[in-house]
Formats: sequence, structure tokens, C-alpha cells
Amino acid sequence: MAIGLIASAMGWGAGHHEVAGAAHGAAAEHGAGASAHGGEHAPIWLRRLFASLWQSNVFFLGISAVGTVFVAIHTVAYAGWSIMVRRIAEAFSAWILPGGVIMLIVFFASGHNLFHWRTEGIMDPASPNYDAIIAGKAGFLNLGFYVARMVIFIAIWWFFSKRLRDLSLQEDQIGGTGFWDKSINVSAMFLVLYAVSSSMSAWDWVMSIDTHWFSTMFGWYVFASWWVSGIAGILLTAIYLKQAGYLRFLNANHLHDLGKLMFGFSIFWTYVWFSQFMLIWYANLPEEAVYFNQRLGGFDGKYTWLFFFNLIINFAFPFLVLMTRDAKRQMIMLKIVATAVLIGHWLDFYMMIMPGTLQGDSGFIIEIGTGLVFLGGFLLLMTKRLSQASLVPVNHPFVEESVHHTT
Amino acid sequence: MTKRYALGIFEDEDVLLHAIENVRAAGVKIYDVFSPYPVHGIDDALGIERSRLPIAAFFYGMCGLSFALWMQIYMLGFDWPMIIGGKPHIGLPAFIPVSFELTVLFCCHGMVITFYTISGLYPRMKVPVMDVRSTDDKFVMAIELKEDSDLGNLTQLLRANGASEVNEKEMTKE
Repeated sequence: MAIGLIASAMGWGAGHHEVAGAAHGAAAEHGAGASAHGGEHAPIWLRRLFASLWQSNVFFLGISAVGTVFVAIHTVAYAGWSIMVRRIAEAFSAWILPGGVIMLIVFFASGHNLFHWRTEGIMDPASPNYDAIIAGKAGFLNLGFYVARMVIFIAIWWFFSKRLRDLSLQEDQIGGTGFWDKSINVSAMFLVLYAVSSSMSAWDWVMSIDTHWFSTMFGWYVFASWWVSGIAGILLTAIYLKQAGYLRFLNANHLHDLGKLMFGFSIFWTYVWFSQFMLIWYANLPEEAVYFNQRLGGFDGKYTWLFFFNLIINFAFPFLVLMTRDAKRQMIMLKIVATAVLIGHWLDFYMMIMPGTLQGDSGFIIEIGTGLVFLGGFLLLMTKRLSQASLVPVNHPFVEESVHHTT
Repeated sequence: MTKRYALGIFEDEDVLLHAIENVRAAGVKIYDVFSPYPVHGIDDALGIERSRLPIAAFFYGMCGLSFALWMQIYMLGFDWPMIIGGKPHIGLPAFIPVSFELTVLFCCHGMVITFYTISGLYPRMKVPVMDVRSTDDKFVMAIELKEDSDLGNLTQLLRANGASEVNEKEMTKE
């Protein structure tokens, strides 16, 4: 009931964002459309729209799935402290299905504008577009298998999110430990499947944009980005609810632990980022180094500042600000850092996707507008689901432990 | 020097935590509490200030980082420049792993040494044990007895707060 209020308040905010986003997008489209060139590609504004839709969708779909991963990990670990924020993580998965549908639509609508390997005749030796390297990947990167994988991954994420959510809701009604026992099995199965599907979806959705290029760190890299953004999102929502007067039992101890996770996984992301960068930098093989050539100084240095800014906002800033215990226990500090981490990782996906799809043509107005539209849609569905059940799973066996949690 | 202590023996950590609060509220200064395992929230209940060790750790880490960077830049950039894999003499990405390791190394050793020094711990030191049962299943609250302390009142206070027994013990410290 009362939760509906906050949901509508956030929903209004989201709607506002959406309007603003659409306005931005429209304005930019007019501006950019004028300079669109012909040729085999769609006009620049359309390519920018496709690329930004893809970027924001991959980002928000990933965050959405991370909500379920958060629940699953804490269930198999028998973690008690996180029960207080479990419903927030559950609500995140509301975006999986719409996100998946948008992803399919954008994939079919964009054609070869996003994915170079979809160019007509690129795998046909008789065609002038023939590319032997890409043709060698035809066993994996062909339309049927790719779409099947996409559908299967999203179906897995959606099914297990729904299953865990349903078990949790039934537990609210009936009580007992049976539902929790069942959710351990469900979580364990989901984590195994997610480990494979998240890694492969990172190859499919992000790495195959730079079709010639490959990196064995990429699955972890994308997962780290999603995971730390998801934690930042959960943290931000928890603080928002707390400050609006909900989650009475959520205290500095819970925030401290969430802050530690965000701090730790920001470092983890940097570790993965650096592992990928250093190996490529050190070996200096042309087919690998091209990825960083484009981002460091390529296209007249267009992405160079972003390359370093990415490291500052996603590593140096959270690392230095959240280092002390007091910072992790203060809402204002956590809010600043969580917002920075979310923006930072959105930019991280920008860095992954834009140079491969738009080369030097990317900008920020359409992209930020699209990002805000996605944020609005995500918040609408997330808060709607949040308002549909008690904010704390009242019959969870560990709820008492969470109330008395101290760090 | 010999000191006398009143020892309140407790069976349960929750009872102990409440007793600590009540005893402190009654204006009695607690010397220390001994427990078989770390009890959550006992630091706050005893009013122990937070350690400043993390601040020291930060500076040890900075020392390690600076030393690592200086060492690598001086050795590979100036003292004996070598071309490795066609990279610049001072190739920062290659220095990061070593810098990280030395930061952690300095930080850990600095913290351990500082902690031992501050706490007065050294090898083969004899630790006075107030009550051996605090290493098994009992919680022991020690209160120092001064010349004018009233043991009767103290016993009553501890018993009222759930102590299963109250003993008196003399400890000699050289």
C-alpha cells in the first residue's frame, strides 16, 4: 500500500526522464540526420540510434539479471544479512523480459549496422565482401545459432528469476523452511547456467561487434561490469527506500556490507580490465592490439579521454572514496559513489560498443537520451514489482538474522 | 605489583552483552572481558574506541607503492636500461603487478609489526589467564578492585545481571 506511493513517485520521476530522453533523442536526430551520408550503411543518426539502443539495452539487461544472481549467490551461501535487500534484487529482474524482446527487435532491425559479420556475402567466397577470417567463424556466428543462443540465455535468466521470485512470494504467504530449501537447488542450478550464459552472451552481444578481434578475458570483463553496476543499483535503491521511510530495519551495517561489495568488485573489475589490457599491450600482436589502438588515439583521439576517464571513475574514485570504514557507512558517500559507478559502467559499455559500430561517428546526445529512456523503463517496471510484495520477505528463515546484523 | 580483580563468570553471550551495558551504566569500570570466541557487538558494548591501525596501513601501502615505482623506474629507466619486448624503458603497465605486490607486502608487514608493538606482544611472552574456563565455554568479565572497592556490592550487581559465579583473583605482574 504505502510502498505504492514511493513506486508512483519514482514512476513519475521515470516518466519525466523518459520525456526528457525522448526530447533529447529527437533533437539530436534532427541535428545528426542532416549530415548523414549515403553508401551501404544506414544514415549516421540511425546507426547511432541502433548502437545506443544496443549499448543501453545490454547494460540494463545485464543489471537486471544481476539482481537474480545476487539472490542466488546469497541463497547458496546461506547468507542472512542480505535478506533486508533481497526484494530489491528480486525486483531488478522485472526488466529481463522486456529487455530481451527489445534486444531481439534491435538485432533484427539493425542488420549489419551493428554486427560486421552480418554483412551480405561476407561468408561467401564468391562475393566481393568475402572475409576469410569471419567466414572461419561461421560455425558460431551464424544467424540461426546466434538468435537461438540469445533466446535461450534470456529464457534461462527469465525462468530462474521467476522461479526464485515465486518461491519467495509463496514463502511470504505460507511460511516454513521448505521454500528456502527449494530455492537453494534453484539458485545452484541458475548459477551454473548463468556462469556459462553470461560469459557467452558477452562474446555474442559485445565482443562479436569487433568480429576479427578476440579476448579470453571478455566474458569476465563484461560480467564484472554488470555485477558491480547491479550492486550499485541495489545499494542506491536501498538508500532511496530508507530515506523515504521504508526498510525500517535496514541500518548502517547492511549499507556497510553492500558498500564493501561495491568497493571490492570495483577493484575486481579493474583487475580484469588490467589483465586484459596488460596481456594485449605486452604481446603487441596486431590482431589483438587493434582493439586498444582504436580506443587509445584512434579516430583522431576521439576515445582517448574516455579511456582514461573510464579508469578514474570506475577504479580510482570508488577505491579512494570508499576506502575508509566511515565512508561505507554514510548514505551520502555511498550515493555519490554508486551513482558514479553506474554512470562509469554505462560509459564502459559505451567504450566497448561504440568504436566497433560507429568508428568515429558516435556522440553523446542520442546516446544519453536513449540511456535515460532505458533507465526510465527499468525504474518503472522495477518499482512496480517492488510495490507488489512486502519489502522484506517476512517469513524467510534468516530474516531475524538480518535484522540483528552487525559488521 | 599485585592487583586484585573480581571475576564475573557468564554462561551466555547475550546475557554477557546486557550485563556489560548494565555494569557500565552502574558506573563500574570494566578492566576487560575474556571470551572463548569473538563476540559480535562487544566492542561497542565495552566502549572500546576504533583502532587507528587502518590509517597506518594506508601510509605503509603508500610507502610500498612509492618504493616499488622508484625501484623499477630507477633500475629499468636509469641505472641499467634494457629493451624488453620493444617496450619503452619506463613502461608503466609492466610495473603495475610488482607495484601492487610491494604495496600489499609493505602494508601487511607494517600492520603486523605495528600491532605487535602497540599491543606489547613478543615471542614467548607469558599471558596471564584470569580464568582458564574462558578458553573453553565461559565468558569472564574482570573488574579491577581498588582499596575502597566494595566487593559485596559488586558481587550483587554481577549476580543480578546473570553472572553464574563471582570470584576474586590476585594477579601478579612483574
